[in-house]
Amino acid sequence: MYENRRLGLAYISPYIIGLLVFTAFPFLSSLIISFTDYDLINPPEYIGLDNYRYMLDDDTFYKSMGVTFAYVFLTIPLKLAFALFIAFVLNFKLRGIKFFRTAYYIPSILGSSVAIAVLWRAIFSLDGLLNSFLGIFGVEPISWLGEPVFAMFSVTLLRVWQFGSAMVIFLAALQSVPQSQYEAAMIDGASKWQMFTKITVPLITPVIFFNFIMQTTQAFQEFTAPYVITGGGPAKSTYLFSLYIYETAFKYFDLGYGSALAWVLFVAVAIFTAISFKSSKYWVFYSGDKGGK
Amino acid sequence: MTKLFIDKSTTGVVDNDRFLRVQMRKQKIGAVIRYFILLFCGLVMLYPLFWMFSASFKPNHEIFSSLSLWPNEFSLDGFINGWNTGTEYTFGRFFLNTFYYVVPKVILTVISSVIVAYGFARFDIPFKKFWFVTLVATILLPTSVLLIPQYLMFREMGMLDSYMPLYLPMAFATQGFFVFMLIQFLRGLPTDMEEAAMIDGCNSFQLLWYIVVPMLKPAIISVALFQFMWSVNDFLGPLIYISSVEKYPIALALKLSIDVTEGTQWNEILAMASIAIVPSIVVFLIAQNYFVEGITSGGVKG
Repeated sequence: MYENRRLGLAYISPYIIGLLVFTAFPFLSSLIISFTDYDLINPPEYIGLDNYRYMLDDDTFYKSMGVTFAYVFLTIPLKLAFALFIAFVLNFKLRGIKFFRTAYYIPSILGSSVAIAVLWRAIFSLDGLLNSFLGIFGVEPISWLGEPVFAMFSVTLLRVWQFGSAMVIFLAALQSVPQSQYEAAMIDGASKWQMFTKITVPLITPVIFFNFIMQTTQAFQEFTAPYVITGGGPAKSTYLFSLYIYETAFKYFDLGYGSALAWVLFVAVAIFTAISFKSSKYWVFYSGDKGGK
Repeated sequence: MTKLFIDKSTTGVVDNDRFLRVQMRKQKIGAVIRYFILLFCGLVMLYPLFWMFSASFKPNHEIFSSLSLWPNEFSLDGFINGWNTGTEYTFGRFFLNTFYYVVPKVILTVISSVIVAYGFARFDIPFKKFWFVTLVATILLPTSVLLIPQYLMFREMGMLDSYMPLYLPMAFATQGFFVFMLIQFLRGLPTDMEEAAMIDGCNSFQLLWYIVVPMLKPAIISVALFQFMWSVNDFLGPLIYISSVEKYPIALALKLSIDVTEGTQWNEILAMASIAIVPSIVVFLIAQNYFVEGITSGGVKG
């Protein structure tokens, strides 16, 4: 709007400084550090690709990477499906919609806190809430946090529990679908399910895509829940990649290897995001101009 | 022919009437099912939270032995012992510590993000497209790739074990999604007020302060609220930078207490966890519309 380019630059200069100092510089530094052996005490020593070579034989690396992808592929579909389902139900012009929206949103406000992770431990521990509940039906106590499969399930559930923010976005999208579309379909005798799959879903694919991208980038970085609830165990079954990076760098003070791990995670996430964006051409429909962009 | 025609039409009317009644009954049943689903899911979701609050008032032996939300034996031991913590500090201290960095973090985020968003939305800037792409890219960048060098930087600057590393970067609009959200909001605002003020001789900073900021108020409140929530909940940041117990925020204090008691004094832990989430719940209930607007207009993670 305003022509003065220097003035504009002045206004965004805090961002540019921040970008250079707190993002770009650390981003490139971590790549450089990943070629070194550095323990904070002795000066960093250049070791070339040794960290990456070591990674190829590192069982924990494979395990942790696998666990992270499993976690992402478990949580995201569940979370998005649930968010969309509840938003769909809420969209029926029900009375009390605001009340329900609030109730469902609260977990996503609190979900990433240590307090809730602590609560999760109280629920899923051996003598915890869930087992006392199941005990009513005569179910023997299950070691939710002691069995690899169950532990993963418990940690996953915490993130699915936080579906509220995605739901609120879905709800707003559903409310913006023009009513005339449904009326036209009704005249043609379409069922509710057909209307949902043939009208609603295609029209909100941009929002589904948005939620998908935001949720996956977060899920790849999950730290608090597994760290507090399971500590990554049992048998590293919930040892998500950010736990591995954190422990390598800040518990064992192997900053070189930690940086190498972080860079591999970055590349993995970047590839995943790139594939998602590429694939969006085929399933995300933007109204107005058909066929993407 | 005519007879047949009339017959058909009368039955048609009856059918139509029945059809309507069936439709209405179907709708009623549908509404009941929907309320049932919503109530059931809502209860399952919120039950743990209610249970946590009630468990804080139960004596330790009762917590897992009954699922009731109402304590049989009412006890404040959880709060009293929990508040005193196993350390030489009270939980109040950890509570205050949290706000020592959350407050500056929120203020710096708002100021820097508004200024930068104003620049992006209203000015022609050299390489604007490039800067904007970097803004979106930082939203998607996994922060763990920055963690180690940032730690080393703050170590060089002698800022370890202080709150500075937690809020200093916020002075430079480093959280891209807040800037992005404000830009989106600003783009939707009409510029004629600003143009009129410019003709009247306002400079760009006066425009920002007297016209843009008041119009941006709802978005600014959203930014402040989201930043408040995320900062209060943040765990990894304090875990890396804060090492002395006297400076612990709530998040670290809770982790400490569960480690120390090995999860045996559940009433204490759950009482403190309950207190820990009270500020977030209160803020959310007061300002929930700003959350919903913020999340839907700018598209923010949550």
